[in-house]
This record gives sequence, C-alpha cells and structure tokens, in this order.
Amino acid sequence: MSINTNEMLKKLRSKQDLEALQKELISGRKSDKALIAVCNGTACHPYGCTQVIETFKQQISQQGLQDKTELRITGCHGLCEKGPVVVIQPGDIFYQQVKLNDVPEILHETISKGKIVDRLLHADPITGSKIVHRHEIPFYRKQKRTILGNNTEINPVKIDDYIAIGGYIALAKALLDMTPEQIIEEIKRSGLRGRGGAGFPTGAKWESCRHAPGDIKYVIVNADEGDPGAYANEGLLSGNPHSVLEGLIIGAYAIGAHRGYVYVRNEYPLALANITTALNQAQQLGLLGEKILGSGFNFNVQITRGGGAFVCGESTALMASLEGKVGEPRAKYVHTVGKGLWDRPSNLNNVETWANVPIIINKGADWYRTLGTDGSKGTKIFSLVGKINNTGLVEIPMGITLRDIIYDIGGGIREGKKFKAVQTGGPSGGCLPESLLDLQVDFDELTKAGSMMGSGGMIVMDETTCMVDIAKYFLTFLEEESCGKCVPCREGIKRMRQILDDITEGKGNEEDIDLLERLSATLIDSSLCALGSTAPNPVITTIRYFKDEYEAHIKEKRCPAGVCKALIHYYIVNEKCPGCGLCVKACPQEAITFMGKKQPVVLDESKCIKCGACYDICKLEAIGIK
Amino acid sequence: MNEKVNAIINKYNGDRSQLVSVLQDIQAEYYYLPKEALFQVSETMGIPASRVYDVATFFRAFSLEPRGKHLINVCLGTACHVRGAARILENIERSLTIQRGGTTKDRRFTLETVNCMGCCAVGPAVKIDGEYFGHMSTDKVDGVLAKFE
Amino acid sequence: MVTLTINELELKAEEGQTILQVARENGIDIPTLCHNEAIEPYGACRLCIVEISKGKRTRIVTSCLYPVEEGLVVKTDSPRVISNRKMILELLLARCSKNKVIRELASQAGIEQPSFKSEYLEDNDCIVCGLCVRACEQIVGVSAISLVNRGITKEPASPFLGPAADCIGCGSCYYICPTGAIKMEDRKDTRIIYNWKVEFKLKKCKVCGNYWAPEKQLTYIRKKWNLPEDFFETCPTCK
Repeated sequence: MSINTNEMLKKLRSKQDLEALQKELISGRKSDKALIAVCNGTACHPYGCTQVIETFKQQISQQGLQDKTELRITGCHGLCEKGPVVVIQPGDIFYQQVKLNDVPEILHETISKGKIVDRLLHADPITGSKIVHRHEIPFYRKQKRTILGNNTEINPVKIDDYIAIGGYIALAKALLDMTPEQIIEEIKRSGLRGRGGAGFPTGAKWESCRHAPGDIKYVIVNADEGDPGAYANEGLLSGNPHSVLEGLIIGAYAIGAHRGYVYVRNEYPLALANITTALNQAQQLGLLGEKILGSGFNFNVQITRGGGAFVCGESTALMASLEGKVGEPRAKYVHTVGKGLWDRPSNLNNVETWANVPIIINKGADWYRTLGTDGSKGTKIFSLVGKINNTGLVEIPMGITLRDIIYDIGGGIREGKKFKAVQTGGPSGGCLPESLLDLQVDFDELTKAGSMMGSGGMIVMDETTCMVDIAKYFLTFLEEESCGKCVPCREGIKRMRQILDDITEGKGNEEDIDLLERLSATLIDSSLCALGSTAPNPVITTIRYFKDEYEAHIKEKRCPAGVCKALIHYYIVNEKCPGCGLCVKACPQEAITFMGKKQPVVLDESKCIKCGACYDICKLEAIGIK
Repeated sequence: MNEKVNAIINKYNGDRSQLVSVLQDIQAEYYYLPKEALFQVSETMGIPASRVYDVATFFRAFSLEPRGKHLINVCLGTACHVRGAARILENIERSLTIQRGGTTKDRRFTLETVNCMGCCAVGPAVKIDGEYFGHMSTDKVDGVLAKFE
Repeated sequence: MVTLTINELELKAEEGQTILQVARENGIDIPTLCHNEAIEPYGACRLCIVEISKGKRTRIVTSCLYPVEEGLVVKTDSPRVISNRKMILELLLARCSKNKVIRELASQAGIEQPSFKSEYLEDNDCIVCGLCVRACEQIVGVSAISLVNRGITKEPASPFLGPAADCIGCGSCYYICPTGAIKMEDRKDTRIIYNWKVEFKLKKCKVCGNYWAPEKQLTYIRKKWNLPEDFFETCPTCK
C-alpha cells in the first residue's frame, strides 16, 4: 500500500489515525521481496546515478522481477566517494561504483540467485579483502548514524516511507501527550546544542522565544548551508526532509509559533524540491495546517529560496532576506528570539538541529544524553572532504577523535600522501595540525583549539596544500560574501586579503604577520556580525600552527607545498619522461619542446604560465613542481 | 513580458516580502533580470525602484546582463579548491577568453563560480546547465565544453 | 530609570535609551560618522564602539545601538577601544586617503599614515555610511536611492545607475553626508545632484526673484501636506 499524493487523502485527525496508518504501511513493507536501495543523492548525480536507477527500472521489468523486487530510490548513503551506491536487503549487501552494465548482472546474480558480484564490493583499505555487508565496512563501523541512517530506509519524496519507519509519532506524542513546557524541558535536558555553528543550547533558545512578549512568533529552518565544502545539511534535507519538518512542527508548538519558514540555499535544487514535496504531503495528511492531528494547534510553513549570499546564513541577514530586503545583518543586542522577523520573536535553528528533535521526543532526553560528551550531547554530521579517501557524509558521536574520523572512517589520505591539516567550521573556523589529531571532537574542544564546529564541513589537507594559500582562499571568499555594511569587515578583510596576496606572490615583508594580527583583533572585536568577527580564524590558526610556511613565503620567497604560482617552477623529471609528447600538445603556451622519441622533452620556463595542463595530462609523474 | 511578469507577481500574491522569490522566477524565465521587468515589479508591487535594484544587485543568483545559452558553474568550494579547482577555472577562462562572471561574445557560455554544490566527493566539480562533471582536470576541459554547442 | 556607569561616572538614564544618547547628554564625547539623531541608528562605521562589562564578561559594542541596562559599566576610551578605533580609522583613511574629514579624524587619533602599502591606498570620499540612503527613506520618504551591490563594491546609487526618477532634489543627502561625498550644485535656475544624475528646475520667488528650491521638491511637500497651490510662490525669506 502506498500513498499516492494524487489521490484524495484522508487527513489524520488523531494519534490513533496515525498509528493505524503506520501499522498499515509497515505491513505493506513486510514482504519477501528483495529490496534494492539506490542512492539518488546530489553527490551521486555526477556519477550518473539517475541513469543507473532508470536502468534498474527497465531491467527489473525486462527480467520479470517485479514481484520479487522492490526498488527504493533514496537520499545520500554517506559513502559519496564510491557512488553510485546500491544496498540490497536481505543481507545488507553493499555494492559500490555501480555502472549501467553492472545492473543486469546484479539482478541476475544477486536478486535471482543470491550470489555476490565480487567486483562491486567494497575492499578493506588495509587488507584489501572484500567486504559484503555494509555494517562491516570500516567507513560505517565507527559512525553513529542516528539521524542520517534513516536516509537509506526511505524514499525522501514518499511520506508513507517516513511514517512506516515511525515518522510523526514524535509529533503525535508532543502535540497530544505533552505540554509545550514539557517539550522545552525535554529538549533542555537532552543537552541539544545548535548544529549551525555557534552551538547555543537549543532548549534555552526555545524557552526564551516562548517567554518573549508577543502573540505572533515564528520558527525558521536555516538551510542556507553556505560554508564551501559543507553539504551535510543538503544530504539531510534532501534525504529526509520529513525529519526536519517534524522537528519544526514540534518546536513551533513548544514555542507558540503558528508560522514557519524554511530558507533553502539557492544552490541546492534537490533539497528544495524534496522539502517542497514533503511539505505538500504533510499538508495533505493534516500534519500541517489547521488542527494538526486533531489537536488545537495550527501551523503553516513557507519555503523560500536563498539568493546566493553566504551572509544570509547569519540569522538576522536571513530574516532581512525573508522580509524582501537585502541580506544585511543587524546588531543582536536585542536577540532575535525577542525581536526577529518583522520585529517579532523568532526562533531560528539549523536543519540538523531540527532533525534531532523527533528522536529526543521519541526516545527521551536520558537516552540522548548517553551519546556524546559532557558538553556536547548527541551526534554531528560532517561532510568529510578534500584529500581523504572516503569522501562523504559521516555522522559521529561527539567525542570521537579527529584521528578516528580521518583514518578509521575516512580511510586516510588520498594518493598515499601525508596528512597536514584539517579544517572545520568553514570560513569561520580554523585549520588544525597533526599534533591535534587526538582532539575529541565537540563544540568546546574545537573552540579551544582555535577552530569551531560550524555546520559540518571537515576538509582534509595534505602536503600539497599550502596553508598560506588556504588563508588567502578563505579571505577571498569572505571578501566576496561580505555584505559590506560595516567598516571592519568590508575594509579589513580586503586589506588582509591584499596582504596575503602579496605574501603568496613573494611580495611579503616582515611586518605583514603583525599587521594581519592587528587587523584580526579589530575584526574580532568590532565587526557587526559573525562573518566579520570570525573571518580572522583561518588566518590566525594558520599563523599559529603553520608559521613556518608563512616565513618561507616571506623570507625565502618559497612555497613549500608547491602551490603559489609566483613562487613555483614546473620542471621535467628527466628520468621519468619517455618523450611521448602529450604535454607538448597540452601546453597552451608552446613552452614544451618535443625532442624526439625516448628523449625527455624540454620546458622553457620563460614561457611557462604554470597552468598545470602538462601536470594533469602526464600519467607518468614526469612533470614536477617545486 | 508584461503578462509573464504579472503572472509571477500574482503567484506570490504581490507580497512585498517575496521580492527575492519574484526576482528568482523572473531570472529563471529570462535568464537575467530585464530592466523593464524590474520597473514593472516596482510599480505593481509598490516597492521603490531603488529597493528592487538593491536586492537585484545584492544576490549572486541574479544577473542584470543577459546570460549565455549555457551556464558554466565552476565549484570553488574548499574541497574542490584543495583538489585544484583554481587551475580548472583558469583553464576555462583561457579557453573561452572570458573572465569569471563574463559571457562569451557569441553568447554561447556564461562562466560563473559557485562555492560548493555538494559534489565534494567528485571534486574538482563543474556544472554546466544542470549536468555535473566530476574529477575535472585541465585536460578534460575542452572535451566537456565541446558537448555544449 | 536605570543607573549605569560611563567612564566611572554614575549616571541615570531612561529605559530604551542607548549608551550614546546618555553619554552625549552628559557631555561625554564618543566619535561617530554614520550616526544622525534624526535617523535610526545603523551601526556601520563602528567608530562609536565602547567597552562594556556585565559581571565578568567584557565586550566591544556600538554605543549608538546598545540599550542601557541597570548596572552596566561602560568605558569609552579603554586601551581596547582606542586600539580598535585607531584601526577603523586607518581602514577608513586607506579607503579615503585624500578626504579632508577622514584625514582630520585620523590625525586627531594620532594616525599619520595607514599601515597599508601606499600602492593600495584609495581615493574615495564615500564611506558607505548609508546616511544619504537612510535620510531619503526615513526623513524624506521617497527612497530614491539605495545601497547597491555587496561587499567592497557596495555604494549608494540610483536605480540602474541612471537618473534617480524618484528624487525630488531636496538635497537632504548632500547636507547629511559626513564626508562631502555628494556633489550638489545650484547654478542659476538649476540644481544638479551629480551622484544621482539628476537635474531640477528651481522655483523662482515671486517677490525677490531668487531661485530657492527645486519645483519638484515643493510639489512633493505641497501634495504630502495638502497645502494650497500657491503656497510656495514666495520664498521663506519674503514670507
């Protein structure tokens, strides 16, 4: 049985209605059909997952397997590095990097005959042996996929899947069995802290908003995940939009808000589409709108797209944008829970924060408190990216170490290179060195080290990453994203970026580090909003932990990582060059000369613009950079 | 144009707070924000022209100049940056002889950058008209561009 | 009523007042650039920053916006405030290296040269304080101009950088600009505001024959306050 949203749906008017529907849906799911879950997450799209799904549909029909097989199109499974990803039940069989011509075989061998297709299995990174079952894969073993784990159990655009796995039971409990005060108390006791970056205690925030004077209040989902390299919110919002919605409705009830907003980043079309579908389905079933589940509570939600502005991830700028104005932040001396959207009490929380609410209501604060550290309860989703082997979305219990994440889950550094730094917190965060790999990841530990949790980006860097270039990168980013309202941020970031430009071009001088530090102090103290006040973090942490690189650039005019164009030279590694001439053709400047077969080519440095074309095309590592 | 723009405004009930959404729909319809459309928005929705213009120039989603037939988005997110996205961008700029933000003379391509599309696993990533290209390297650029006439 | 301390002086203030208001009422000087009493405080220039403490926590806030609280302790010239203010002025000086007002402010703060390379110094007059835009919106009510773009290219401008169609030529922007960045000129019977690319015909007084205000502005005022048609036929001096 499945709910077709085109039919006239019966609205759920009570907890019993919901429970009855759930029972019906669960029995519908219990079958002896094999289940093929294929990831349709954004990160799998570049791998052609859409075509893989289409091929499965065709082939299931062609092989006459409709009665034996159910195909489930899901959101992100997490191991984005190995997409397209397919998981088969029963057996929790994990197939990776599935190509179109693997599909018939999977159906033929695994579904029909119960045999494993070896070449599609994940190989243990150390032993090399193949692993059949998903839960045995090292990437998954150390994670605690409390929130993200549900992605593989549902089709995000089918509310019946969500209800079948227990969705909206927490809402029923909250609306019909609990008072708003009790809900707030439970959230407070759970220790849930905001997952958007600052980590403010969620329960306390809800409480302030509830107590703020005024009848009209708002709740807002901040899905403007702007940190470059972070797509944790995307995976959650597109993979399980109902979990966010359910949390939002519970929060609205607790706070006394009857209108909610979901502000989705413009660059996330899939998340936008899926939350919109989820919203419509929830409305049809009476989980939104008037008298939800037969309670006296009315609540409606509007979905708005961002316009492409990182600063709109800041709560007051987001609210300005919702009011139809430019995304300029304002001073928060009066908090937004008191005066926010249209000067009314507004409670804004991150996507992941809202998604944690249903599970806290369902399983209780005591259960939630068993996860995490003293100061940071629960789990955190990170997008583990960069120079890492297992790129993807990971969910970890607070308190595991960076080393665990990077090596046990992440599988270590790509291409056999050496770890250099890990960056968390986006442009507001910092770069942490090898000496801090045993840091236990939680809000306070990261802050102490000079970084911050942020919304979930965790970018791994290796010996080929120049830390001065990274500082420059973040400042360049922030310079473009600054709203421009206040002097310290607008002018200060520009000046810092100019200094870093000079340093990376070999024009740095002794006073530069001191000037960067002075500018940093002013930005931290005097900026209007957190964009400006946290902008110095990448600079400060790289100076703190990688000063030697700054000194090499400034004193020796040298880039140890071989990145800064003005300070590097491309050269031919004569011993490795067989004279194939591929690089000669690739060079846009005709700077490389073919010297005959089996003779190394010759590079004329004066013509070289360091575009990297030769480096990329040579598969024999015969082009060097120093 | 009048009718289309009115339809868009009506879709949002002429609600001034939905200005950004109105502009996004206009941008999607015309691939840029035509001046006439913006004046119409100002008149019809009762928003001062200056306030429509400041919103149109604040957000990166909007272009006041007509865009090319194909929109190239080079991801400059941190993960892609660390994997060499800057070189890819330079390569495309050189290949098309335009700078980022620009449009080719024949209006075939507009080159924009984006800070993270959520494809970090396949970085460096480039998106052209909704089609994603992962694991980009400088030697792949010409081949990818050739797919779009 | 609320009691707070500013620079070790115990002062009484009314609820809802800002630190800046209380300071100025009591003769305590705090520099500002983007502030004007007739307009809502904005918090852009950051020059009015002060150091506040509530219990053990101290932080830097803009006095133009921070509401007074019972027991608040404020320092307007602590070393932290001074060093922040200095850097803000350096940044402004680097942006407006030849502007008289900014140079004077910087010089008063003991800054001769900004700490940045001379090749990166700029020659702007506008500090993007937004007073022109805000005055046009809040005092005049026409919103003829706005702050356009974002970040380092943010600037006050007319829609589409063309002639500001809604401008009535009152010159409020010109008068309120703290750095003289607005160029306005009354030449015989015409007023030109160069920044917004607008020109206005000035009204001639029936009595003295002087050209005294843009006709468009007068029409606007007449309509807004329902004044008789001939209300502005004579200039204020001749009335």
